[in-house]
Amino acid sequence: MKVKLKVRRTDPEHGAAGYSQYAIDMPESSTLLDALIQVREYEDGTLALRCSCRSAICGSCSMRVDRRARLACRAKIITVTGGDEEHEILVEPMTNMPVIKDLIVDQELFFSKIRQVDPYLQPLGPVPEREYRVPNEAMIDLTHTMNCIMCGACVSDCTVLEVDKNFIAPAALAKAYRFAADPRDGHTHERLEKLSEYSGIWDCTRCNMCVEVCPKGVAPMNRILQLREMAMEAGIQNNAGARHTNIFTKSIIDGGRLNEVWMLPGSVGMFNVPRLLVEAPGALRMLRVGKLPLAQAIPPGAPGSHKMQGMDRVRNVVKKAALLKPKRAEVTD
Amino acid sequence: MAMRYAFWPGCVSKGAAPELYMATNRVARELGIELVELDLATCTGAGVIQEQAPELADALNARTFAMAQQLGLPLMNICSTCQGIESMVQDKLAKNPDYLAKINDILAEEGLHYTPDLAIKNFLWVLVEDFGLDRLKAMIKRPLNGVRIGPFYGCYILRPSDILGIDEHPGRNTYLEQAIEAVGATPVQYEGAKKCCGFPILTINRENSLKQAGNHIHEAQDLGADALVSPCPLCHLNLDAQQPAAKSVTHYDIDLPIIHLPQMIGLALGVPPQEMRMDHHVVSTKKLLDKLPEGVPA
Repeated sequence: MKVKLKVRRTDPEHGAAGYSQYAIDMPESSTLLDALIQVREYEDGTLALRCSCRSAICGSCSMRVDRRARLACRAKIITVTGGDEEHEILVEPMTNMPVIKDLIVDQELFFSKIRQVDPYLQPLGPVPEREYRVPNEAMIDLTHTMNCIMCGACVSDCTVLEVDKNFIAPAALAKAYRFAADPRDGHTHERLEKLSEYSGIWDCTRCNMCVEVCPKGVAPMNRILQLREMAMEAGIQNNAGARHTNIFTKSIIDGGRLNEVWMLPGSVGMFNVPRLLVEAPGALRMLRVGKLPLAQAIPPGAPGSHKMQGMDRVRNVVKKAALLKPKRAEVTD
Repeated sequence: MAMRYAFWPGCVSKGAAPELYMATNRVARELGIELVELDLATCTGAGVIQEQAPELADALNARTFAMAQQLGLPLMNICSTCQGIESMVQDKLAKNPDYLAKINDILAEEGLHYTPDLAIKNFLWVLVEDFGLDRLKAMIKRPLNGVRIGPFYGCYILRPSDILGIDEHPGRNTYLEQAIEAVGATPVQYEGAKKCCGFPILTINRENSLKQAGNHIHEAQDLGADALVSPCPLCHLNLDAQQPAAKSVTHYDIDLPIIHLPQMIGLALGVPPQEMRMDHHVVSTKKLLDKLPEGVPA
């Protein structure tokens, strides 16, 4: 099988950057990592890449393949090219992290964020005489996050990190869930408070990119959503993210459909005058072209607020669905 | 045979983007697609209700699905976010029959029942998979030749790809480019096309949100786009209504019309722009309309 590669080259020591193209022959069963090793060994010894286990467990060979972060050892060439030998595979280092050389990035940012969330169990109270007894389902739930191999793919392709390097980012937030949701941990509330601050759980746009690129099914964004749910339940609601989900939900419970006009004041705070003033010109622009629905001028919950028809039926669903919420698992004696 | 769909318009097309509602109905009529609007359906939750009450969001969506099933029709939406949420709920309910049974108990009180085999499709998928782009091409009265349009998908019509059916329909992640070509325009390839517009965090972290929007607009404009087209009104709001704000946050010199997918199709079918409220955008669409080969028909 012919394989065409276009590899991003960076050599900060000599200030060089560009692309190298390679055309090699590989067996049909090869992975991209096999091909890159072939290139390094027989075509171009200057190509730098990081790899170890070659079986998707060490997390070393993550890189961008056709503009998407993946493990090179898990990327079958035939799948990447769809069997088209003319398809030139674009291989680049992960983004959101500085490049050391070619396909090797500096992972310090990744690990600093992991350290930021205190990634270890912090039980409270006396240590039990024997083992901690934890309900099965609680540990099954945590196996998602325990599967993380710290490859950095989710951090590389995170669309928020791209514009804000302070964002704690998917891997560390998934790690935070692993401990916050562990029934043995005694600092869940403090963890949730810290995670609800700026750059934390509420800064994620829920774009699903991390779910898409994670090679191990950790689905970091889903863990972020679970952390939000835990924070809401714990009453940690004095922040824009929590206020946003509150006003949104209130608007649906009240009127069945979204009251868009009140989303902004409801989220930033009704009396946050400086912030509301920042938004005023935008609101006026929308008003001018008929994009500010005046039917929604009355806030959700207030008399005369906008409602869709058949709200009595919706209210019944709201009431009954609340009863379906599962109880959180706890450590048992 | 006439094509009929149960139609979930979404909150935004009934609120801040009324031009989308108008354009959809106008274009559906032009294409001979009958839309039966679900007046009693509620918001999908957009992933936000899910942050505190996933059970409520699941029940409300199952209720909408059941309404479509009661009509015996597939469900059509006009919002990438609605599509993603509906597909995710559908997947969750199909995988948890006990949970679904409890939700069906609630729905039974209003005579509804959801069986997990409903086709749910964004207008983009309806256009490509059910209507057919060749059939569309044959109906085009004003090809948008010479116009360069950047696709903007909206996250939830693409990801998670396994749940959004991209494995069974491998072209779903190129449908927008295909639709742009079908109307005679040239698709602009740029990285931002499949990234996040930033809208979900607009009220939470304004600067990040606007940087995301501004970066994508700037990238596409830099590559020669005359407009962006999106099947998602939430993306539209951040890219169009917030574009002046994105401009001041990013300091990029941006001025790019953002149009809804049905508006693009309508233009090619010869629908007058004012019948799709194209004069009701924050970023004027005039520049784009002036570029159309035969000018704007009166």
